Amino acid sequence: MESIGDLLHGFSVVLSWQNLLYMFIGIVLGVIIGVLPGLGGANGVAILLPLTFAMPPTSAIILLSCIYWGALFGGAITSILFNIPGEPWSVATTFDGHPMAQKGQAGEALTAAFTSSFIGALFAVIVITLAAPLVADFALQFGSREKFSVFFLAFCSFVGMGKEPPAKTIGAMMLGFALAAVGLDTVTSGLRLTFGSTELIGGFDFLVAVIGLFGIGEILLTMEEGLSFKGKAAGINPAVVLQTWKGLPRYWVTMLRSCVIGCWMGITPAGATPASFMSYGIAKRTSPNGDKFGTGEIEGVIAPETAAHAAGTSALLPMLSLGVPGSPTAAVLLGGLMIWGLQPGPLLFVEQKDFVWGLIASMYLGNIVGLIVVLTMVPVFAAILRVPFGIIAPIILVICAIGAYTVHNNVFDVVMMLVFGVAGYLLKKCNYPLAPLVLAIVLGDRAEEAFRQSLLISGGSLLTFWSNGLVASIMTLGLIALFWPFLSKLYGRVVTPATQK
Amino acid sequence: MSNPTDDPELPGPQQRHVEMGVAAFLALLGIVTMIGSLQVGIGWGAEGPKSGFFPFWVGLLIVVANGYNFFRAYVDPSRKQFAEWRQIGLVLKVVWPMAIYVAAVPWLGLYVSSVLLTIGFMRWIGRYGWPLTLGISLGLQIVTYITFEKWFLVALPKGPLEDLLGL
Repeated sequence: MESIGDLLHGFSVVLSWQNLLYMFIGIVLGVIIGVLPGLGGANGVAILLPLTFAMPPTSAIILLSCIYWGALFGGAITSILFNIPGEPWSVATTFDGHPMAQKGQAGEALTAAFTSSFIGALFAVIVITLAAPLVADFALQFGSREKFSVFFLAFCSFVGMGKEPPAKTIGAMMLGFALAAVGLDTVTSGLRLTFGSTELIGGFDFLVAVIGLFGIGEILLTMEEGLSFKGKAAGINPAVVLQTWKGLPRYWVTMLRSCVIGCWMGITPAGATPASFMSYGIAKRTSPNGDKFGTGEIEGVIAPETAAHAAGTSALLPMLSLGVPGSPTAAVLLGGLMIWGLQPGPLLFVEQKDFVWGLIASMYLGNIVGLIVVLTMVPVFAAILRVPFGIIAPIILVICAIGAYTVHNNVFDVVMMLVFGVAGYLLKKCNYPLAPLVLAIVLGDRAEEAFRQSLLISGGSLLTFWSNGLVASIMTLGLIALFWPFLSKLYGRVVTPATQK
Repeated sequence: MSNPTDDPELPGPQQRHVEMGVAAFLALLGIVTMIGSLQVGIGWGAEGPKSGFFPFWVGLLIVVANGYNFFRAYVDPSRKQFAEWRQIGLVLKVVWPMAIYVAAVPWLGLYVSSVLLTIGFMRWIGRYGWPLTLGISLGLQIVTYITFEKWFLVALPKGPLEDLLGL
């Protein structure tokens, strides 16, 4: 087992007091980011990314990925105590988590949520440890055709698997590709779509877009809803934790199933949010207590939390091994790699062993640290949410503005952040998904490059994408994913009359 | 938490009208993308597909997808509300100060603008007393200054006040 040896090497990279400190800071910041409205995993990482430019890449990725784990944990706190999902993937956690808190079982619900999050993440990290090197090894032989087909599959999955109408997903995604195209053409080094403006030569930076769309947009949505936080007391202590842990092994089937669902949805970029809903839905249908779901059933907390964390973590697998991120936060981390001077993709496993295995080792440690931090510090984090919105909102706005400015030390980026913020508010209210938009801005140039190189080699024939078994099957899978809503409806029409007879 | 209702007492724009507006605007961006692509060429050149090839088709897809979205919103029988005017007013209470803030940063610097934004927000929306307002708005900027300028050595935009203080 070569990967075990590499992993041990990774631990030796991570285990310095500096990196452990970054890990702790990252987790605490991450939970705070996950708890506060308007700051989420993706834009929290985006805001802090410019500060890591001077750090060694391994320490930087440890800090930023730990913010991500912290944000994943943090979403559960607000869902259970306040009935407000801090992150979209913790919406399903509110269904049973908040009723439990109302019954005075907040401690049990939080313990169950954190523990199952941890198990989901651990499962996903093990999958990454075992599978990522193999996938990367395989992907080393990819040419531009194969690269494009992987991008194609990733983007088609959004259309087919998303809950938004396909035309809106395509509209948002293509807008991302158009924004990515503005400025320098990476193939010919010529300018395009700038219409004579000097500000547009550099193109649209995805970090500014993320901070605007997710940060400012979220503040505007919160403002509209006029939030008033009415929370339940946390009431968590070692006795409750141990008591809950004793009861958890009974739900191992639910946990295992949720882990698998989460990993699957995380690797194909459907993301943590649909994973948590799907896992909750299946648990509800299969559990003997299914009819009690929604009234404060502990299994209804375990299922979505396990799946969300498994999905959030496994989203890093395609990011590391293929250079295709599985979630917006993974996309921001991928952007970070490029800024630190690392070329994302399978070569990372060959050329940057310290970095990759340091990151994977930090996922194990980071989630253990995360579990301890959240279990011991819940009351502190809950107190942060009790700070009134009138104080929190301007602080977040200023932090977002500083984050946008520091990307390129450019005031124009702060203007763009506000424009993206208003756009994010309107798009979200009109049911356009933001994740494919962000992924398209990040990946646009590379997808286009792969596409144009493939066409150049084939002399302009699109049939090149069906010229060998591998690329043809990935492209066909992509087309199936693209037309999935249509195909499943068609299938339903063919099958239902037959069974009725 | 209040959700938009169909209550005629609380008027506001209809969801479908906003969706039509957004779709039309996005389609316009698609057309702009197509025009820009045509300017650099969308055909086949020595380098393979020309610069505008990929964005042209992307622009076309934006127009087609949002044309469809516009049509769907137009025929939508639902008269659901987008939001109440009161709620939109609240949203604008963040957008306007932010717009002024963004415009002020090049002149006043980021620190002074941020202090003013925080004060305005806490007094106007939060209705807090002066001691707390000044404490938080000034404290936040002092923390920011130490973190960025001293710790991470990142210079943020400064204005006349910082020049006066010699920072």
